[in-house]
Amino acid sequence: MMLPSVDALAAQVPDGALVALPPDNSLPSVALAKALIRKGARGLRLLGVPVSGFATDILIGAGCVAEVETSAVSLGEAGFAPRFTAALKAGSIRLRDATCPAIHSMLQASEKGIPFMPLRGIIGSDILANRPDWKVIPNPFATEGEDPIVLLPAKQPDFAVFHAAMADSEGNVWLGRRRECATIAHASKAALVTVERVVEGNFLEDEKLASGAISATYVTATAIAERGARPAALLDEYGFDQAYVSDYARAAKTEEGFRAWLDREVYGAAQKVAAE
Amino acid sequence: MSIALEERLAATLARLIMDPSAPPARHIAVGAASPIPAAACWLVKLMGHPVRLSLLHKRSGNPFTEGTRELFDLTGQGRIDLFFLGGGQIDGQANLNLVGTGDWPGKAVRFPGSFGSAFMYFMTPRTILFREEHSPRVLVEKVDNISAPGVSPPGVFRRGTAQALVTGKCVFRFHPDRARFSLESLHPGETVETVREATGFDFDVPASVPTTPDPTEAELALLRGAVKAEMVETYPEFCTRVWGHDAAAA
Repeated sequence: MMLPSVDALAAQVPDGALVALPPDNSLPSVALAKALIRKGARGLRLLGVPVSGFATDILIGAGCVAEVETSAVSLGEAGFAPRFTAALKAGSIRLRDATCPAIHSMLQASEKGIPFMPLRGIIGSDILANRPDWKVIPNPFATEGEDPIVLLPAKQPDFAVFHAAMADSEGNVWLGRRRECATIAHASKAALVTVERVVEGNFLEDEKLASGAISATYVTATAIAERGARPAALLDEYGFDQAYVSDYARAAKTEEGFRAWLDREVYGAAQKVAAE
Repeated sequence: MSIALEERLAATLARLIMDPSAPPARHIAVGAASPIPAAACWLVKLMGHPVRLSLLHKRSGNPFTEGTRELFDLTGQGRIDLFFLGGGQIDGQANLNLVGTGDWPGKAVRFPGSFGSAFMYFMTPRTILFREEHSPRVLVEKVDNISAPGVSPPGVFRRGTAQALVTGKCVFRFHPDRARFSLESLHPGETVETVREATGFDFDVPASVPTTPDPTEAELALLRGAVKAEMVETYPEFCTRVWGHDAAAA
């Protein structure tokens, strides 16, 4: 389903939804995050796959988020994520810490429709001590000793949200080698994808494009958002905008600075679009 | 041009990577915020050692075509030989805290989070710990929260532990059998006493502690030339800071 705007895409997401987002190196839809802020989303539960970045920080700052499950929240070279840090201190979000392969494994369990997935490591980490939903069992196939191993429950997000380079006439999307977005789409009940452009044809008919495509089977709705990953990079099309993120990191150190940034970069942009 | 601390640390890490007493490093993965370890790996490779480098955050030519889980799948199989980890706090048993200080999940000071440490630390045959800041707030007697434990009880599957901890002041060797660090070498200008003052945990000191060797002329030439050229796309700010403002144009 092709929707007319990123704001129409955001309208699909009810308050309280569990939304899976890739981090800044992996095609986040910052355009859709900004649209969720404009629509006044509340109570969202965000899943960082496997970590969280810019989009998560602005959603938290704008008061859209009740809970974050992730393996880290960071702005990369620009440092700690300021609104995440402030919200955690204020107690206004719940945080469930994980570790990267655990998040991938929980999504892979959903992909397969199985109730859990085992994972090595983690035993002795305080992450495990703070995750009553993760269990340790003796490896039932062990040939000697107990061989304790962690079991992780399947995680099925309500929405996968990410950005892709293009969609085709059939509703397939293409994002090259960033296959973690495919895992999120496969595992989620619905996938909302912003794209730079829509092209004629069918990616699945083209051997070179098919391996970087996500079939329309998994894609619920798309909308065009040019530069929709900005300030994150899009494959070989545009780079990471370090200056924009560094400017944000400085502004968002304070609540007032963040509000001014929102007015300029999120609400201001919407007014400009509406006036055009 | 004098030797920058970053150059000294990269050369020191490169020597640890090639340590003949450690398990072989045929395939090394380097994470996001790790420009100095990345420089060390490029140095090893460009000196002609046959090593496969998988840089997680390389935008062009990224080695992973099945998604970011591929790093962890490879590591789970034992196909990544060496990884680098740091921590907001590192303690005398090589426990790592990337979560934060105070009560869980970092009620006092929150760090970004544990990333893949709770898995990678277990599943690679060796880990080099790297943290440039060497102070009592980073190197603590006991971490407030454990992202990844330094050693594991018998019976818990684990391929390896820390090999060493490299800081801005010294190199510590880790001994998993007794879960303790020993002082391996001191960077120029440091003494056992200055290191002791800056370290919150107790460690072993051999009768004589050598000085960490300077990078060789050949290493410096590589770092400032071919290594920089490989690094500039992924770590532009680092290259500009260490090697001058023309780095991004190189």
